[in-house]
Amino acid sequence: MRNLTQLSLKDALDGLKTKQFSSGELTEAFIGAIQAANPTLNAFVETTFDKARAQAAASDARLAKGEGGRLEGAPLGIKDLYCTKDVRTTACSGILSNFIPTYESTVTQNLWDDGAVMLGKLNMDEFAMGSSNETSHWGPVTNPWKSNGSNAALTPGGSSGGSASAVAADLCLAATASDTGGSIRQPAAFTGTVGIKPTYGRCSRYGMVAFASSLDQAGPITKTVADSAILLQSMCSYDAKDSTSLQVAVPDFSSFLEKSLKGLRIGIPDEYRLDGIPAEIDALWEQGIAWLKDAGAEIVRISLPHTKYALPCYYIIAPAEASSNLARYDGMRYGHRTDKAQSLTDVYELSRSEGFGKEVKRRIMIGTYVLSAGFYDAYYVKALKVRRRIAEDFTNAWNSCDVILTPATPSAAFELGDKAKAADPVAMYLNDVFTVTTNLAGLPGMSVPAGLDSQGLPLGLQVIGKALDEGTVFSVGAALEKAAAFTAKPSKWW
Amino acid sequence: MAIDVATVKKVASLSRLREPQERLEALAGELNGILGWIEQLNEVDVAGVEPMTTAVEQPTPLREDVVNDGDKVAQVVANAPKSAEGFFIVPKVVE
Repeated sequence: MRNLTQLSLKDALDGLKTKQFSSGELTEAFIGAIQAANPTLNAFVETTFDKARAQAAASDARLAKGEGGRLEGAPLGIKDLYCTKDVRTTACSGILSNFIPTYESTVTQNLWDDGAVMLGKLNMDEFAMGSSNETSHWGPVTNPWKSNGSNAALTPGGSSGGSASAVAADLCLAATASDTGGSIRQPAAFTGTVGIKPTYGRCSRYGMVAFASSLDQAGPITKTVADSAILLQSMCSYDAKDSTSLQVAVPDFSSFLEKSLKGLRIGIPDEYRLDGIPAEIDALWEQGIAWLKDAGAEIVRISLPHTKYALPCYYIIAPAEASSNLARYDGMRYGHRTDKAQSLTDVYELSRSEGFGKEVKRRIMIGTYVLSAGFYDAYYVKALKVRRRIAEDFTNAWNSCDVILTPATPSAAFELGDKAKAADPVAMYLNDVFTVTTNLAGLPGMSVPAGLDSQGLPLGLQVIGKALDEGTVFSVGAALEKAAAFTAKPSKWW
Repeated sequence: MAIDVATVKKVASLSRLREPQERLEALAGELNGILGWIEQLNEVDVAGVEPMTTAVEQPTPLREDVVNDGDKVAQVVANAPKSAEGFFIVPKVVE
């Protein structure tokens, strides 16, 4: 029998529907793959095989009757940021290391309602703060990809490193992820997978462990653009439990995959041509432009003049929101409580200092500083104004283009334990230089694998769309995928 | 606006974090690095710009003013470090 784990989500759903194999068989194939790979890749931080088997059996019963939802019987991985009822959810933080939710996040509930099967919870940077998965309380994830002729372990990116690694290594059909500054798109680019962050408000944030609430958004990491459309469809919904959830209809994303690009105007922003970016990334960008031109699109040069301010702006707003969101971890109602306290202040300070990792503490302190008396206007309010400038750049650009094409990341995957990035937080933050603008502006952005660099590592291109126009992003993403004919997989060493 | 060790200590205290003395110096360096890099925002002319507080402009949704959840005491205290009879047990706050 062919290896079921290598199927795309779409092909697996077709196979299930036409009874070529059962969800039970498919689920067992993934359980075997996870058991073999996880000691090396560390993509899953919790496995739920008993639950998966029960869900698969229920799916098979429904499929046998010709029933079932749009994800019926499909085994998925869930980022550990989503609260899953009765299944430990830690956001990969020590402070939540024993947290077992008594409720289900809306996004995951949507998946179960559509018949999906849960294999387990996926590793991530602590509270989604990181670009290499190295801030996880449970240790870093390893990228299944390796550089030509090197045995060095590479990062799968972050924060959704477990999701990206698991999908690239065929440990699940597809995975949920989340993106605050690039946490879906950068790991997708580093692992040759597809990742989309939809418009802010498309997916409910209810039950997602909060990092920066005005920027956080759910989205999928998948093997193909078609899979991305299928999984995002299921994840999106209006939800009264999230007051920023958008009360709009969710279009049929898959219907946009085959749409012609004829006459579509593709914006190429001057400001994304950065000094010091590898020539291969520029070349891939040029190749992407040529592919879209061949597909009938019109290429338009555009300007997004405030691009260079996006990251510094983000590193005020995101830590400010994080310092406020993470104030809830006080050792009283849930989460870690120290046993070394003499006073109430001790309980707060020691519980938090024992429970949070280094990067999280750093960001809480930055956030506290920029919100503190005397600095609030100079830093926080200023950043909110710059944020509007960045959003206005896009509004202006939409006068002359319909969608924007950029590189996804400024480099391919780098080594775990990279010393320069560990020593300089800003060097690590620069990973998100191409992705963070869409979080600030609330726009959809997709990373599509488009080629390999000279080291044999995947590189991605990013498609940015207008608010609520994921459809066009899917059309362009599918065209890029087709033109790139990206079929490379990491050779199995794990 | 360089951050010194005393400022780090104050910010840590405001953040309800307790950092060991030997970490304070390193943190001051890291925070200065990040804040120094952030200073470039001063180049942006934001005269007359309204602060942007949300990615999507929409009115705050309202719902009927009715009780629609509750009676979940066991669930609420399920993850408490310490609880008894439906109450959180917290450290003594009044000496």
